[in-house]
Amino acid sequence: MIIYKIPLSSHKFQYISGKFQIWNISKIPQTKFPENFRKSSRPQFTNCPTMIVMVGLPARGKTYISKKLTRYLNWIGVPTQVFNLGQYRREVLQTYKNYEFFRPDNEEAMKIRRAYASNALKDIASYFTKEQGQVAVLDATNTTRERRGVIINFAKEKGYKVFFIESVCDDPEIIEANTMQVKLSSPDYENYDKEEALVDFLKRIDCYKMSYVPLDEEKDRHLSFIKIFNVGSRYLVNRVQDHIQSRIVYYLMNIHVTPRSIYLSRHGESELNLLGRIGGDTGLSSQGQKYAKALAEFIRGQSIKDLKVWTSHMKRTIQTAEALGVPYEQWKALNEIDAGVCEEMTYEEIQATHPEEFALRDQDKYRYRYPKGESYEDLVHRLEPVIMELERQENVLVICHQAVMRCLLAYFLDKSEDDLPYLKCPLHTVLKLTPLAYGCKVESFYLNIQAVNTHRDRPTVKSLLCESE
Amino acid sequence: MTNCPTLIVTVGLPARGKTYISKKLTRYLNWIDVPTKEFNVGQYRRECVKIYKSFEFFRPDNEEGLKIRKQCALAALNDVRQFLTDEGGQVAVFDATNTTRERRETILRFAEQNGFKVFFVESVCEDPDVIAENIVQVKLGCPDYTHCNTEDAVADFMKRIKCYENSYQPLDEELDRDLSFIKIIDVGRRYLVNRVQDHIQSRIVYYLMNIHITPRSIYLCRHGESDLNIKGRIGGDSGLSARGKEFAKALGQFIQSQNIRDLKVWTSQMKRTIQTAEALGVPYEQWKALNEIDAGVCEELMYEEIQQKYPLEFALRDQDKYRYRYPKGESYEDLVQRLEPVIMELERQENVLVICHQAVMRCLLAYFLDKTAEELPYLKCALHTVLKLTPMAYGCKVESVCLNVDAVNTHRDRPSVRFTNTHPLSMSFLTVLLHRRHPLNSSVNM
Repeated sequence: MIIYKIPLSSHKFQYISGKFQIWNISKIPQTKFPENFRKSSRPQFTNCPTMIVMVGLPARGKTYISKKLTRYLNWIGVPTQVFNLGQYRREVLQTYKNYEFFRPDNEEAMKIRRAYASNALKDIASYFTKEQGQVAVLDATNTTRERRGVIINFAKEKGYKVFFIESVCDDPEIIEANTMQVKLSSPDYENYDKEEALVDFLKRIDCYKMSYVPLDEEKDRHLSFIKIFNVGSRYLVNRVQDHIQSRIVYYLMNIHVTPRSIYLSRHGESELNLLGRIGGDTGLSSQGQKYAKALAEFIRGQSIKDLKVWTSHMKRTIQTAEALGVPYEQWKALNEIDAGVCEEMTYEEIQATHPEEFALRDQDKYRYRYPKGESYEDLVHRLEPVIMELERQENVLVICHQAVMRCLLAYFLDKSEDDLPYLKCPLHTVLKLTPLAYGCKVESFYLNIQAVNTHRDRPTVKSLLCESE
Repeated sequence: MTNCPTLIVTVGLPARGKTYISKKLTRYLNWIDVPTKEFNVGQYRRECVKIYKSFEFFRPDNEEGLKIRKQCALAALNDVRQFLTDEGGQVAVFDATNTTRERRETILRFAEQNGFKVFFVESVCEDPDVIAENIVQVKLGCPDYTHCNTEDAVADFMKRIKCYENSYQPLDEELDRDLSFIKIIDVGRRYLVNRVQDHIQSRIVYYLMNIHITPRSIYLCRHGESDLNIKGRIGGDSGLSARGKEFAKALGQFIQSQNIRDLKVWTSQMKRTIQTAEALGVPYEQWKALNEIDAGVCEELMYEEIQQKYPLEFALRDQDKYRYRYPKGESYEDLVQRLEPVIMELERQENVLVICHQAVMRCLLAYFLDKTAEELPYLKCALHTVLKLTPMAYGCKVESVCLNVDAVNTHRDRPSVRFTNTHPLSMSFLTVLLHRRHPLNSSVNM
């Protein structure tokens, strides 16, 4: 651990020892914006890199879990990447013939498979050492104790922690649904017709079944793992080692695959919106009230089963929900980003009174924290329980605010920290998100009620001094 | 959080930590504002059978014993019903062995009749050391064995466990696959979780999977006295005063003298806690969640100024200090919500020193010492004093260490007199006067 000592009396930075966290408490000169200027708001989750190793027969949801988990971990600020062996295979083989490649007696294929599996491990090592990754998800069947042994040895050598996620499912309906949703459209089966693809895929599964050795309560009692049975009706959790593994277990135990939709919308146009002022806690303008009514009609038109409605604690979202005439729940965590000293100012006023702050924000909009206020990074942290509960729920309408909606959207659509603060979330538009295959389908509904535009694009020329609207 | 009440039912042989889990879980749920109460059948039995003779009471062929035990269980269930239906309770923890399928069936029927959800928490443990330690820590001191010497007590208790062993039917993956439960194996080495139904059960599972019983201590203290403290102003983000810096040094020395193994140090993201930690010369972690309560429009004001500018707000705060939210600020209730991840991580950790702020420390202390929402905002957390909390039996031992560096007193007592026809404003004014008159504050420029 490196410690940089800068005297407290310096006007530039006050350094906080411990974990490369630098706290800017005073204005910095206009000429420089240092690269390693990070105001991170959260503690470290783990001290050494972690390998998450998926285990399970084909079509058990391993890739679904890998991608979802990776999306979640990246969103909460833990650099994570998936390493999918199927992808490695496709790069090596170019074309997929048929299931024979996976036959346990196919020596040549075995050699190839071991080779690209080993390449994946090398890439993981490189991800940890050269790219500052913290978690790598090895998405493959890993169905034999021998293969898992290889991975464990590799990790031990390098000093990585290992956590296994095994998905066990014997419900033929679920397996068929999986197969239909994601396998038949995979590059492997481009040249097959549906029926043939299904037949071939089932034979592929059979190839693995013979040698499949599931994680065992007794024999594997020294390993850290979670076994998920039948899409989450039961879990076996063994030896959770640290905070990040505990969070991963909690997350996996809260997600489900029941079809549902999440509706995201901002409050109706507010009085401060009309004045071009940010933050505050005003009520709806007359256009905003019209929107609330239109929203109610729209929701009724969607005929949604058991819809839950969530708002923040601020007047404008509550008033919007009131027009729906259904019960709703208020979450303080859904309150708009706190703009601190800039609350209720127009962008022009902020530029005039706090020019350096204004410029700094454009440099790193995700991490920049308003003086006495919050950053997008802080927002993500406070929205995490909302995301966790959204995962547990089924049909939900969330009436929130611009910055909040950007954070939630970034989670569902896997947007990076760079893109998040510039996502377009206009007033009077409802986004309907429906989980589909490995991602999320988005439908945008503009309810035809005029409103001001509150979006500021990413500045094209990064100048510290000038900002033109 | 949950629309119908939940009945948590413990399952397990004696000395498997059921009561420990029940009490800890109840404390946690109450702290996060879920009205919870535990119902310990052993207690009901002690009220019924005034004097405990010996393990023979628990023999499976003791008809009279069985009758009494069943009655006690039913009496407890009756009280559960009252708590959940009439008294606004949301979660009831039914703490008993519940080792037979038949007994569990009775409970399930009872819950169904009353519209309660049921979640079983089973503790399975075969490690003789753990069981022995349990017995020494909590059984020997219990009312049943006051008249016994240690050896006899242990012998009797082991025979008591035997009485249950033969008829014990653990929750089964197959036979009980339609029930909602968590099986905790070997004090948390392994868990089997089945059919979590809703949010509260999910939170309970998460909590149970994060707690441990490894001996450790948690040290709580505030930052050293700050410049704003001296001026009698609340909130803000100022640095340490000269005395505050002295405290930081004294804290460093104190921590070294305690010889704590693998101590983690946590601070907030405000200057005064960071500067305090800096003096320790060890790595520390900053948590935004540990920042002091946001006093909104009242930030950096003195209590007298708040009274002048916002007299009604000031009085309202005294009426319900826990739920009152400063305009554009936070309430203690909000604080508890934002501190929940800190508590969860404290549960996971071992030795930790948390350097925080007055309101924050009150919230954390209330969690460890099971204080109510009414008491929380008035807990005494003086500057320059370290509280050492060590989990013990069913609770927490507190040792208070004052590091002998002078500081102002920032505590405001609860308005002690409540006359219904006295204007609340004058009562609050009184507390401010008393605050100013405190010996440590009188020398300060206010």
